[in-house]
Amino acid sequence: MMPEKVLGKRINSPSELEALEQSIVAKRDPDKPCVVLCAGTGCRAAGAEEVVDAFREEIKQQGLGDKVEVKSTGCHGFCERGPLVVLRPKKIFYQQITKEDIPEIVSESLVNDNIVERLLYADPATGEKIVYEDDVPFYKKQTRILLGANGEIDPTEIDDYIAIGGYSTLAKALFQMSPEEIIEEVKQSGLRGRGGAGFPTYRKWESCRHARGAIKYVICNADEGDPGAYQDRSLLEGNPHSVLEGMIIGAYAIGSHEGYIYVRNEYPLAVRHIGIAIEQAIEYGLLGENILGSGFDFGVSINRGGGAFVCGESTALMASLEGKIGEPRAKYIHTVEKGLWDRPSNLNNVKTWASVPLIINKGAKWYSQMGTEGTKGTMIFSLVGKVNNTGLIEVPMGTTLREIIYDIGGGIPGGKKFKAVQTGGPSGGCIPEELLHLPVDFDELTKAGSMMGSGGMIVMDEDTCMVDIARYFLTFLEEESCGKCVPCREGIKRMGQILTGITQGKGKEGDIEILEDLAGVLRDGSLCTLGTTAANPILTTIRHFRDEYEAHIKEKRCPAAVCQELIQYSIIEEKCPGCGLCVKACPTQAITLVAKKQPVILDQSKCIKCGACYDVCKLGAVAKR
Amino acid sequence: MNIDLAKIDSIIEPYKGRQGLLISLLQDIQAECNYLPEEALVEVSQALELPLSQVFSVATFFKAFSLEPRGRHLIMVCLGTACHVRGGERLAQKLERDLGIKPGETTQDFEFTLEAVNCLGCCALGPVVVIDGKYESKVDSAKLDSILKRYQSEANKG
Repeated sequence: MMPEKVLGKRINSPSELEALEQSIVAKRDPDKPCVVLCAGTGCRAAGAEEVVDAFREEIKQQGLGDKVEVKSTGCHGFCERGPLVVLRPKKIFYQQITKEDIPEIVSESLVNDNIVERLLYADPATGEKIVYEDDVPFYKKQTRILLGANGEIDPTEIDDYIAIGGYSTLAKALFQMSPEEIIEEVKQSGLRGRGGAGFPTYRKWESCRHARGAIKYVICNADEGDPGAYQDRSLLEGNPHSVLEGMIIGAYAIGSHEGYIYVRNEYPLAVRHIGIAIEQAIEYGLLGENILGSGFDFGVSINRGGGAFVCGESTALMASLEGKIGEPRAKYIHTVEKGLWDRPSNLNNVKTWASVPLIINKGAKWYSQMGTEGTKGTMIFSLVGKVNNTGLIEVPMGTTLREIIYDIGGGIPGGKKFKAVQTGGPSGGCIPEELLHLPVDFDELTKAGSMMGSGGMIVMDEDTCMVDIARYFLTFLEEESCGKCVPCREGIKRMGQILTGITQGKGKEGDIEILEDLAGVLRDGSLCTLGTTAANPILTTIRHFRDEYEAHIKEKRCPAAVCQELIQYSIIEEKCPGCGLCVKACPTQAITLVAKKQPVILDQSKCIKCGACYDVCKLGAVAKR
Repeated sequence: MNIDLAKIDSIIEPYKGRQGLLISLLQDIQAECNYLPEEALVEVSQALELPLSQVFSVATFFKAFSLEPRGRHLIMVCLGTACHVRGGERLAQKLERDLGIKPGETTQDFEFTLEAVNCLGCCALGPVVVIDGKYESKVDSAKLDSILKRYQSEANKG
């Protein structure tokens, strides 16, 4: 038997790790009721912290203190319906709960064995109430190999990770495999870098292993800058040890003893959880000197980013790790040969690192069964924007866009019509309805003029203006361009001016052609991928939604009624009861109340088109066109 | 504004000589002072043995840093793509109107600083506004009014 108190004690061999795992599992009763609460950033924004505290308090009050466990975990993915709670062992799924619901959940579902009907998820298609988590369509159609453990473990407890077999793969790698065998396994698995470019992971590792130099670095890129993507954040928050385990295995394969995690400072919870994970791993001897008694040393430190999108680019990230500004450099010499401090450096994305333990544990064959010919495994997407079931989803590569948006995402809310889905962030593009049958993988999305990027998937409906979206991305990139190379710095600015002009009704014949011309200059002449791909959002919107550009340019009209300079608000008199809500909401006193039950009057000369009246009117009496 | 140099020295101490951690150090100083005072940057350059010009270049390159004192409450409005398609930009415009400042600026009474940020990673709940670290989800103009009122009345009381 292992001693009772194990934390604080080094684990010196694989057998000690195994004994620890068994002792943790033995102490836990899988049938003991457990309230599992999602406390990822999304659910926290919806009030999850209050709910966790209220559960703990209520359970104590109802005298269940030692009979029921409460576990606060990372992101479960179904952010739209947060805060989420799962009652184990049955996995009863309650959604959108507030602290007022808790006494009822405790007395009904924990003291007694009843279901609280009103908190169940109802399938919008059929209206049927769904009791168990696994039956919810949002989850049912996913393959959650990376995200699945998020719902099982408390990310601040290393024992939780060890109890589900955590770090046993590290033991296997260090004691039963040579570095070359690990690289071979990664090669056979077909794993491609999940940061966006999809470069074969094994090739990077191999080149870095063979590069000259005694000191080498491994780096985890968690500078998730793509707006609309948050999967890296959720992995670091919800299962930080899986990322660490992957990094240690990779470091052993490459021959590195020093690692860095570069994470956005905008993700405070992720920074905290990965910090706790590192401390706990050091305490157990899973990080630091002589890991698990193998003789292999490896240490990791955290660097917090400064909020620059360009730092997601590997050379810019490395410059920033050196304490310099985040400017990329030309990659005549690859970073695997000369990267951080001019030494061989291997950089991979969070999701890539987290995939490594799975591949080494279950084997390349298991992994490569999932996915398409060219892209193996699964991908995590953040399905957001104008879609019913927003959240994080994980599906095998090759799943079609339609399956993702309609079967998992539940389609477009409010009976609106789908217009496009934007993938790949500011480097990606907009994909129209005709291409929804596309199976998603690195190559297919590139062929469609977009890219995988880090997995953002923003759904747009008929109320989204595609010219405005192109302008949005260009404005974003103009701000984020580091300014080092001319095509990117000046080209994006010029394209932004043209696009802004078009959205303001100042577009003229020939603008589209100039945009296409400049796009070519950017693609051919920029130093890093921020510039070379910057035109993708414009090129894809021109390709698929040229009619919208032309409506803006020729008719000075915004078909989606988004571009402020081209729209007008008006009152639909038949529908307006003169309630005065819009009068209060209007910041410029452009609306006046005439009399009770009389429609209000909108003075166009005072209207700044802020849309406050449109938002506040529940009767649809404000028109926008 | 008074700057506690002893406090800044104690923040810098563990970073001495570790040039690679410049950004993290600046973040810690900003977390304490709520901006980067010039005196602190001079201290940093000495402690890390870096030219002051490099410290300034980093402090001005990255969006997260401010060389000007910021307000008591920091309002971040998310302009990520998911928030944009759900009306984030209009919230930013409303905040500009209501507070009378542009993103990156601070109100004259030093109560509020407004920042526009590119994605806070809760895209499913957009549009998102964060005030002093508290996330407000699915914000519309009415909700924004009530949030602002809460902070403004607090300011009047205190």
